Amino acid sequence: MRGIKRRDFIKIAGISAALGLGGKTAFELIAPGRLDAAEEVPNAAAFKAKHWGMAIDLRKFKDASQVKPIVDACHLTHNVPAIPTKQDIKWIWATGFDHAFTHKTHVLIAETEMKDKPILVLCNHCENPPCVRVCPTKATFKREEDGIVLMDFHRCIGCRFCMGACPYGSRSFNFGDPREYLKEGKPTNPDYPTRTKGVVEKCNFCAERLAVGKIPACVEAAGPGQMLFGDLTDPRSEIRKALRERYSIRRKPYLGTRPSVYYLV
Amino acid sequence: MYDKGKIILGLVIFVVIFTTPFWWNAGVAKPVPQIELPKKEKYCVDAKDYMRTSHMVLLNNWRDSVVRNGNRIYEADDGRKFNMSLTNQCLSCHDSKAKFCDRCHNYLQVAPYCWDCHVIPPEPKEK
Amino acid sequence: MLEKALTGSRTYWSWLVILAAILGAGFIAYLYQFHYGLKVTGMNRDVTWGFYIAQLTFLVGVAASAVMLVLPYYLHHYKAFGRITILGEFLAISAVTMCGLFVFVDLGQPQRVMNLILHPTPNSILFWDFLVLNGYLVLNAVIGWVTLQAERKGLPPAPWIKPLIILSIPWAVSIHTVTAFLYCGLPGRGFWLTAILAPRFLASAFASGPAALILLGLLVRKFTKFDPGKEAIQTLGKIVTYAIILNLFFLSLETFTVFYSQIPDHMDHFIYLYAGLHGHATLVPWMWASAFFGLAAVAILVFPKLRAREGVLALACGLVFVCTWIDKGMGMIAGGFIPNPLHEVTEYIPTFPELLITLGVYGVGALILTVLYKVAIGVKEEVES
Repeated sequence: MRGIKRRDFIKIAGISAALGLGGKTAFELIAPGRLDAAEEVPNAAAFKAKHWGMAIDLRKFKDASQVKPIVDACHLTHNVPAIPTKQDIKWIWATGFDHAFTHKTHVLIAETEMKDKPILVLCNHCENPPCVRVCPTKATFKREEDGIVLMDFHRCIGCRFCMGACPYGSRSFNFGDPREYLKEGKPTNPDYPTRTKGVVEKCNFCAERLAVGKIPACVEAAGPGQMLFGDLTDPRSEIRKALRERYSIRRKPYLGTRPSVYYLV
Repeated sequence: MYDKGKIILGLVIFVVIFTTPFWWNAGVAKPVPQIELPKKEKYCVDAKDYMRTSHMVLLNNWRDSVVRNGNRIYEADDGRKFNMSLTNQCLSCHDSKAKFCDRCHNYLQVAPYCWDCHVIPPEPKEK
Repeated sequence: MLEKALTGSRTYWSWLVILAAILGAGFIAYLYQFHYGLKVTGMNRDVTWGFYIAQLTFLVGVAASAVMLVLPYYLHHYKAFGRITILGEFLAISAVTMCGLFVFVDLGQPQRVMNLILHPTPNSILFWDFLVLNGYLVLNAVIGWVTLQAERKGLPPAPWIKPLIILSIPWAVSIHTVTAFLYCGLPGRGFWLTAILAPRFLASAFASGPAALILLGLLVRKFTKFDPGKEAIQTLGKIVTYAIILNLFFLSLETFTVFYSQIPDHMDHFIYLYAGLHGHATLVPWMWASAFFGLAAVAILVFPKLRAREGVLALACGLVFVCTWIDKGMGMIAGGFIPNPLHEVTEYIPTFPELLITLGVYGVGALILTVLYKVAIGVKEEVES
């Protein structure tokens, strides 16, 4: 037969294409691009901990007005939009005892001080986070050096699997462009980015503030002793002291997520 | 060749349509953009030629360093230290996005989506 | 063999034009969603997966059902299925393609979908779902094409196809098991946190898929010269019967465990679906309709004399398909998210753009199915003449 057979032509073309594409990819993967360790320099002023934790003293919260400055501090610092629909975004908010502690509640709770007490809920930065387990791209990940569960908004594909996995409802999704719900589209904190439509977000324990030696915005805005924040592995920290002296509970502990947010009852 | 006339006509039409961007815009090419350099600093984070070709590589490395490793300070080859932040470092010197970033980006029809999230500082007032 | 799809009757071409129109409308709706974001859907902060993922879950089941033709024929030499395995394999291709499209339209940042490959994460079930679904698509495409090609030439297919066919059998089971694993490993979702979710999914799959195959087989007999064969249709009917009984049985097992144990966390989702919770009862009529259709289908299918009458069988298959579609495609997903982890109720109703995009994806699937069936039937008509 004259010339090349069609089958052989397709085979050769396919292999050449695969080699060409594969070669290019291999070249890019091997090519230098990562920063050397020497170029990334730690900040001496940063707050460091082996395991950041938070303790919320429920005795110090009596009514909803105490909660507003705390929630506002967080949302304003992080340019969280105020969306009036059910497609809203919230990093920290207050809810009732029945909703925060769905398995500890009972009918007679309504006869106690817990009846109208505002309970602040946020991401628990679990030691064994189901959201990290399910993320298909590692866009949500746990930072091993200090236990904070963070989001990489550049990598998130918006599949929302993490939102299904979170047993606490801590995560929010940007259904639309969040800047539409910021006044005039301007960020409330120009030093911190906004997010874009199609990515999931949640409390980040103010990792960007800890990195420059500041405590989380919510803790800073809270009244004295309302919210404690510190290193759970340091027995001399204020938070460990409080957890030794007072009885504390966590949300849904039986799920094995090992939350880092404690509630002093 | 079967249908020789139709095929050659079709090829000619295809070539004409395919090369439209070239002959339609012949002679009306815009001049290469002139970007306004910052007055505050003479030297950028890295060499000018490297930044011109690879600023996205640098920015992606900065992204991974800040977001995934938690390190925000970059030490350049000459020992100078920078805060790895697009808005707070790069744009603190290159304070006019319109006169710097956009000039080349618009010329090349490049629309990076960084600005969907990263805040653009307000343009400096004309003096 | 694709040339078989390029010639056809007026009916064939009119059908393709209708599908193209549906597809086009869906595509335009998707452009609208891509521009404005997923806020154009009915999903919200509490119900984060809705119609799109529900269709994915249902169609993975339909795709898996190809195994119900392949297993009896290739492992047990059940001759009656030999002529129609290709119909199952091509249905699988259409269904899996739709699954992939439904995931794509559901993503918040679909242009970043390559991150699944650039940053593989074996601890995430979604990573495995991506792999097994695409693998199944390739398997069925290769198997279907090679066996059809061989049939056209009157030769046995190349020997290397046999291991692939055998592989496709556990692979079919795995695609739906992995999809069930997406749900049944989530600690905060009591409705899904049950070992029987995967068996329930499989039973529902083996009811809905063969039911669809029976209906498609009857359509093929009506519109073409190819007859799948009375025996094949009847055996598929028996499979649908056992599968729908099993599906309803598993549902009753779930109901017993949930309500006899009286655990509120698990009961609340069932109460929401079948009675309404805190005044929210949107899905209640749908769920009861599904249960009724399922029971009615069983009542028809248990009688061989009724099954033997193909018109009645077709009706029962329609009931089975609608029953499983509502159960998986509407109740399964919303039911898992309502009430939310804080025991609040936020309902979910799909919006018009959402439904249009869904219809568009079904249009793509129907188009692929039509073209592939045209090729398969074209070849078979050629061989049998």
